[in-house]
Order: sequence, then structure tokens, then C-alpha cells
Amino acid sequence: MDAVDAVTPDLKKNLYRTMLRIRRIEEKIAVLYPEQEMRCPTHLYIGQEAVAAGVCANLSKGDSVFGTYRAHGLYLSLGGDLNAMMAELYGKRTGCTRGKGGSMQLIAPDEGLLCTSALVGGTIPMAAGAGLAERLRRSDRVAVAVFGDGGTEEGVFHESLNFASLKKLPVVFVCENNFYAVYTHFSQRQCADNIYERAHAYAMPGVRVDGNDALEVYRAMREAVMRARRGAGPSLIECRTYRWLEHVGASSDVTRDPEELDEWIARCPVRTLQHRLVEEGLLSEEDIHRMKAEVDAEIVAAVRFAKESPFPAPEELEAGVYAP
Amino acid sequence: MSVPVSRRAGVPARHAEPAAPGDISDAVRMRAFRQAINEALHEAMARDDRTFIMGEGVDDPKLIFGSTAGLKERFGPERVFDIPLSENGMTGVIIGAALAGMRPIMTHQRIDFTLYAMDQIANHAAKRCYASGGRQSVPITIRALVGCGWGQGPQHSQSLQSVFAHIPGLKVVMPSSAYDAKGLLISSIEDNNPVIFIEHRRLYEIEDDVPDGHYKVPLGRGVVKCEGKDVTVVAVSLMVFESIRARQALAEAGIDAEIVDPRTIKPLDVNLILESVRKTGRLVIVDTAWKTCGFSAEIAALAAEECFGALKAPIRRVTLPDVPTPTTSALEKIYYPGALDIARAACDVMGLGGKVPPAVEASIAGMTTPTAPQFFGPF
Ligand SMILES: Cc1ncc(C[n+]2csc(CCOP(=O)(O)OP(=O)(O)O)c2C)c(N)n1
Ligand SMILES: [Mg+2]
Repeated sequence: MDAVDAVTPDLKKNLYRTMLRIRRIEEKIAVLYPEQEMRCPTHLYIGQEAVAAGVCANLSKGDSVFGTYRAHGLYLSLGGDLNAMMAELYGKRTGCTRGKGGSMQLIAPDEGLLCTSALVGGTIPMAAGAGLAERLRRSDRVAVAVFGDGGTEEGVFHESLNFASLKKLPVVFVCENNFYAVYTHFSQRQCADNIYERAHAYAMPGVRVDGNDALEVYRAMREAVMRARRGAGPSLIECRTYRWLEHVGASSDVTRDPEELDEWIARCPVRTLQHRLVEEGLLSEEDIHRMKAEVDAEIVAAVRFAKESPFPAPEELEAGVYAP
Repeated sequence: MSVPVSRRAGVPARHAEPAAPGDISDAVRMRAFRQAINEALHEAMARDDRTFIMGEGVDDPKLIFGSTAGLKERFGPERVFDIPLSENGMTGVIIGAALAGMRPIMTHQRIDFTLYAMDQIANHAAKRCYASGGRQSVPITIRALVGCGWGQGPQHSQSLQSVFAHIPGLKVVMPSSAYDAKGLLISSIEDNNPVIFIEHRRLYEIEDDVPDGHYKVPLGRGVVKCEGKDVTVVAVSLMVFESIRARQALAEAGIDAEIVDPRTIKPLDVNLILESVRKTGRLVIVDTAWKTCGFSAEIAALAAEECFGALKAPIRRVTLPDVPTPTTSALEKIYYPGALDIARAACDVMGLGGKVPPAVEASIAGMTTPTAPQFFGPF
């Protein structure tokens, strides 16, 4: 089955639901964050939803994913428990790391999210390592690294591509190029706008896709995953997208060109897919309302769960430094 | 409670070296730590056109929490520039530039990021002078901030002074006041060796009397922040601030603590510390970092080796527990020690069995001035 055939109506609807859910959860966090109860640095994903949704829709149980501190979208797309994510943001014992890691270090090991990190680039080689593990186990599972444009400036990006390609590991490297590292534009940090082409230097396929188009991301990812599963080695996908809010926290980023932001908002990934599905007759206004209502109810319950959950007890401070 | 000021007049002559008498006036000039750092950069860069500063975000709208304000406008984009997220490579770049005759300054918004550059720092910068038979030097200054609070968590709040101080060839500086920050940063930039300059984020808004113009606080010279006769408290960085609060409270119980701030972790002002311990006979060490193999262990060993006979009580240390920083505020607040922990340790070495007299506890609880402001971001 080629990639185009794989894009079934159900898949499209699922992608839409995933993205809508991420969007509404992030919007709710943005509203609640100023209450100062989520006492940890929080990097919102609004504007970039199509990447996580399109990437994760190709993965199944046993595949592993490594992300960054901007991982709410990945976590949710993989099926991570919303209650545990919200509780983590609120620093509660019921959080996915029991309050130890916060928003920047979400994990959902059962769903495949093995590591996210507050340090740029650090998880890229881990995906190569997970790919190595699958190779040694002779499984058909894949490992995925998701990282920002800034992450490609770290040496480990290059080292990981080389190694994964050298060993033909089942890895997909996914760059979310949102053009900024904090306030610094891509053009002030990189000599050329060619992230995807670097794959070629490491003898692997590299493609650039519209990261605001979930179907395009899905198709590129599907090809890369199939290639990895059949033992043909790694690929690199550059998804061009944009974050709507400030680097960290819930405010808008007033330092960027408002016209630039407006252009990207006009290309909203959630609305783009929604239009398409409505046009294709796959989605009615009623469906949309129902989905929104479902997600909103789920969010309300998750926030309540998080707020009502207990904080870790003092004894938990020293617990878990070493594995038993 | 007001923040202690190291008034120029109050600073013993051997601790400060004004560049020229004319630079210093008598008027009190209160400046935040952040501004003091900024002034030092301006002074050092204006004096020596071999200097330049680079780092992630040095010229972005947040200007490294305000500390690099005005530099780009004044010295131009060739000497003040943002860099790719390539900490190790970029550190190699400043080492190379230094070997080729420049005096680079690099900035990290979190000290945790310097770990990416540990290869260049430890294997190269620290070794070049020695491995060249003394023919070469690497005059670089690496500024690194310690994050604290607001869920900075395991990877954004480490306090790594001991890691660097362990390595011969590096100097490690850790100011606790705006006055010292300015004078020490100028000394660091003008020093011919690689200097790791560690700035605690929670000191950034604390003001002090900071002279205008160029002055140096020499590396390797500590300062007695407050004199006392009963117990020596050796504290660094933010912990100097907490120790002074503890000292005020301890006075309620008639305990007179002497606060010694080494200011540089390496080279260390050994004599200043030993002099104080010999005088008081009791020692509490307060660090911003972990206990095991840390700075506090070094000072304890020093006292045990050099003035064991003067000690009237076992040494006590107040440090972080040997645990990564938790993100949740519930654990963060018990993770970090404060004035009460320092007071408890002091009471312990005073023979009160670790019990803090109610008057001391009440005094700390009632201190109206909050500790250094909490940190809220940007990341
Ligand atoms: C090793 C390291 N260096 C610097 C930082 C500070 N920092 C945090 S996020 C960030 C920007 C990263 O940009 P990018 O990789 O494009 O990801 P985005 O935030 O755009 O998703 C920087 C510089 C860090 N966390 N880790
Ligand atoms: Mg980016």
C-alpha cells in the first residue's frame, strides 16, 4: 500500500481529533498558567500540532519516541494519559514523573515516549540508541527523534545521523523547524536554510514538508517508517512550522514580526485540516462541535484531577535517585 | 532587613584594588547584581578591544536577564553576537580565538549547558598553559548562571562549582554581591587563564553599593562579610545572603557568627578561612551545591588538615541533599537550604544539640524582607 492509499477517511478524522485535542488542551493551559499553580517552565505547542499528530499516527506499540521540552503534543499524540500530564504540570504526585520532571521532561513509557529533555539536542542520539536496540533484537520497531531547528546545531545531531546511517538503524529523525530558538531567528544561527539536505551528506533520504499540513507530514513519515521497518535505514524529515506563542509560558511573543505570525495563523494546521475534511464531506459542523465538547469535558476533568491530586510527600525528595 | 553592603570604605584595602583613586567617589551608588555584571562587561570591553562577547541570546530582547544591555549598541555586532546552539564547538572557538590573541567572553543562560562544553573546557582550555610548557595561555571568561526556583528542575538548576574547581588550570569565581560581581568579572576578563564565572540567578536583583568606573576585586581573595567571635560560617554565592540572615537571627540567642565569603572557589583564600576558624574554633560551611565531593568537603578537609587543634566542635555542612533538583514546588522548597538550616547548624556547633532557640526561629520567621526574589523565567 503506498502512502496515498493509506490516508483513509478514518485516519484523517483521527488526525483532526488529535490536533484539535492538543490545541484545546494547550489553550486551556495558556489560560490557567497565569494562575501560577503550574510552577514549572512550560513550552506550548500551539501552531505545531500537525507535526506530532502526523508523525505519531504512523507509530504503533513498541515504537519509541524521543522529544524535547516542547512535548505536550507528542505526549498526547502517542496516547499519553492527559490526567498524568496535567498533574505533572501542577507538580503533583499523580503526574507522569511524580512531579520530579515537570513539563520539560514528560514521559509516557508505555505509549512509547521514552525521554524528553530540557536540554537542547540531548535526546537525538538516544533515538539512534533505541534503533540500535531494535536492530540487536531483530524487531521491526522504529525509533523516532523529534527536535527543533536549534537542535540541529548541536554536534550530536550530526553524530547521530552518521551513526544511524552507518549502521542502517531503524530511526526517523524529525526536525520541527519553527524558525526560532527562543528569540533568535534561524538565519542568525545557520549558514543555509537546508536542514533536510544534511541527510544527503549522511547518505540517507531527507525531505522537507509543510509542517502545518498533517497529511503531508503523515505521508513523509509513513515512507520513512516503512523504510526503517524493512531495514533500509534512517531518514530525516524537516517539517516547517511555527509556534504561535512565546518560547516559554503563555504570553504572545511580541518580539517577532506580527505579519509573520499572522501569515502562519492564516495557515493554522487545525483549521486547514478541518476545512479539508468539511469540504470532503468527512466532517460536519455537528461532528466538530461534538468533538470540541468531548475534549473540553476531558480537559475540565483533567484539570480538576490535577488540582485535587496531592503533592509529593517530603520523603519523596530523596526517593528514586537510583534504581532499586 | 536590608541587604548587607560591602561599602567601599568598609572593604579592607587588601580586598579591593581600585584602578585609580579618581574612579571612586564617596556617594553611595546602589546597583543590582545584574547591572553590576553589565557595567563590568562595559568597562572590560571598553578597555581592551581584544575582548568580545558571544552566547545564546546575548543580543536578544531579554539580554541575558538584562546583563548584556547596551553592549551591541556600543561595541557593535562584531564584538557582541548570538551563536548557534553548539556549546562545545563554540567553546573551542573561543579557545582558538584566545590562542590567536583575543580575550573572549562567553555566556550561558544556565550552567547546565556548560556540560556540553566540558570537553573543550576540561580537556583543552584547562590544559593548554601547562601542556605548552607555560608558553601559551587561554584568557577566556565563561559566564554561567545557576537557575533556581519555578520548577527549573534537574537540568536547569545545577550548581557545578566543584566540578570545575576539581580541574587544575581553571579558575572558578562565584560572587555573592553586586560589588564583588563587578570587580571580580573585570578581574576574570583581565586574567590570563580560563575563568568559570558563576552567577546565581536569585542574586540578580539584589542591590549593593557599586562604584562607577573600573575597579578590580582580585581573584583568590575572600572577604569577611560580617565579623563574629563564636562560629565561622564559610558561605558562597546566594548562601552568603542566607547566612547573613541566619547571623542576625543567631544574635537573638547571643551567638556571634562570622561570615566568610571566599568569593573565588579557585584559587581559594585559604588563609582568610583558616584565620577565622582559628579565631572562633567552630566551622559551618554553606554551599549552593551537593554535599558529596563538593566545595564544602574541600573546606572541611582544609580545616581538619590545617587547624584541627583549634576546633572546639565537629564541623557542620549545610548543602543540598545528594539528589537532583526536583521540579515540583512541593519538593523544591524542602530541597534548598536557607537561613534556618544555617542557624540550626550553627546552634549545633555551639553545643545546643542542633536545637534552634525559639527566639532565633521566630526572628527568621519574622524577617520582613523576603529572600532573594523568586525566579519566574523565561526558561
Ligand atoms: C544545551 C542547551 N543549550 C541551550 C538551551 C537553552 N534553550 C532552551 S530552548 C532553546 C531553543 C531551542 O530551539 P529549537 O531547538 O529550535 O526548539 P524550539 O524551542 O523552537 O521548539 C534554547 C537555546 C538549552 N535548554 N540546552
Ligand atoms: Mg525552533
